[in-house]
Amino acid sequence: MTSMTVFRYELQDLRRSRWLLGYLLCLFLLTEALLRFSGGGPRAVLSLMNVVLGVVPLVSIVFGTMYLYGSRSFIQLLLAQPVGRGELFAGLYAGLALPLAVGFLLAVGLPFLWDGGGDGALAGPLAMVLDAGTLLTLVFTALAVLVSLLVNDRAKGLGLAILIWVVVTALYDALIVLVATTFSDYPLELPLLGLTLLNPIDIARVSMLLRLDTAALMGYTGAVFERFFGSFVGIGVSAGAVLLWWVGPLAVAQRRFCRKDF
Amino acid sequence: MTDLAPLQAIPLPCAVIEGSGIGKRYGRVPVLRGIDLSVRAGRVTAVLGPNGAGKSTLVRVLLGLVRPDEGTVTVAGAPVGDGPAYRAAIGYMPQQPHFPENLTGREVVRLLRELRGQPIPEDDALFQAFGLTTELDKPVRVLSGGTKQKLNAALAFMFRPRILLLDEPTAGLDPVASGVLKARILEARQAGVSVLLVSHVLSEVEDLADDVLLLLDGQVEFQGSLRGLRELTGETRLEQAVAHLMRRRAS
Repeated sequence: MTSMTVFRYELQDLRRSRWLLGYLLCLFLLTEALLRFSGGGPRAVLSLMNVVLGVVPLVSIVFGTMYLYGSRSFIQLLLAQPVGRGELFAGLYAGLALPLAVGFLLAVGLPFLWDGGGDGALAGPLAMVLDAGTLLTLVFTALAVLVSLLVNDRAKGLGLAILIWVVVTALYDALIVLVATTFSDYPLELPLLGLTLLNPIDIARVSMLLRLDTAALMGYTGAVFERFFGSFVGIGVSAGAVLLWWVGPLAVAQRRFCRKDF
Repeated sequence: MTDLAPLQAIPLPCAVIEGSGIGKRYGRVPVLRGIDLSVRAGRVTAVLGPNGAGKSTLVRVLLGLVRPDEGTVTVAGAPVGDGPAYRAAIGYMPQQPHFPENLTGREVVRLLRELRGQPIPEDDALFQAFGLTTELDKPVRVLSGGTKQKLNAALAFMFRPRILLLDEPTAGLDPVASGVLKARILEARQAGVSVLLVSHVLSEVEDLADDVLLLLDGQVEFQGSLRGLRELTGETRLEQAVAHLMRRRAS
């Protein structure tokens, strides 16, 4: 009851947020432009994939962090009411993550429906882009909640949020390249597979690339990855890894919320 | 007057808020040190002290927002920490309200009504008294700081609580709204509501308070009636009485 009430009013608040509307409008226009001017097809999906992997996590973690810091004193007022902290937390997280995720689905999905809906070959990669974007939204809003609860100072919290994004989108890949070049004389397919599973953005990227039949360009490594991510075990393990990235930070954040001094 | 009567019949004990040995540290910094307090029912108790004395932290401990490291607190007969139900008896007015900026004042009111689930009819007179009637349908982001503070005040009184915790309530209010708020506090006291008032405005405290709790460096320096404070210090004005105790402490 408390969760639903808080969710409903937070949804009402975010529905009117100019920042959120601006983000969704940009995503919508970008998707529409890619489909119209790149002739549709896999190239448009590939371009969109790069946008989804970079922009969606950044906006989710930065918007989420800023929103929660801005809501802190209102959260105190809510906590001063006869409501349980656990229920309040669930409402607050759902009220933040679901509008972002549903907005993403609409902003990217609708242009595909009327521009590329007839192309059956795109349905698989498109579904993967939508899946990945939605999951990354849920994961990075969970990280935003965790950051805002762990760090009291707003500027430091925002800095940490951006640092997390830089690490998972750029630095982590640089580390993988470093490992690959340093140990290029050794068979690295399995260690690289393991390292990929440790980063939600890499899981999304590899899954989407394999859907676009680009594995052949990646040589033997591509074949290993395709075999793994194409198998039931691989799908289960990668889905489990993304799920851990979502549920793990959320569980820690919930525990922190229930014990934190406000 | 009757509309201010608290919702539940009050089997009033002589103290509605009791604390014993309350201690709280933020890191290595002690904020509250062995606070014993007793807030009597149906009276206005002012919490005084310089900045950083621990006044707001004490209020947050009473609300369960801050967990004390040591000591026990009982509010409205329920130990704080035994669940949130006791907070139904409390109306809280925080120091600086930040409501969701895209909601209207009316939506904020509805949100709190739904969360508390208390079947209280809309108190139009309350919002009218604070001059909020025409402001309630505007988004919070376009409201002035003073109007947000009026909304904050109205929310504290809205549920006819048995206990009011008011943290710097008149800060940011214009003289008219400030007068309305003071009148409401006095009416609430007459209706049997217990009020804990954190304030730096000593003239306001002299107008409203029956009892005083003076905090210095996280410790209780004085607790008792306003008259008792004056008698103890030999000062007639509250400002001088407080200064007297602060000087005594410093020496």
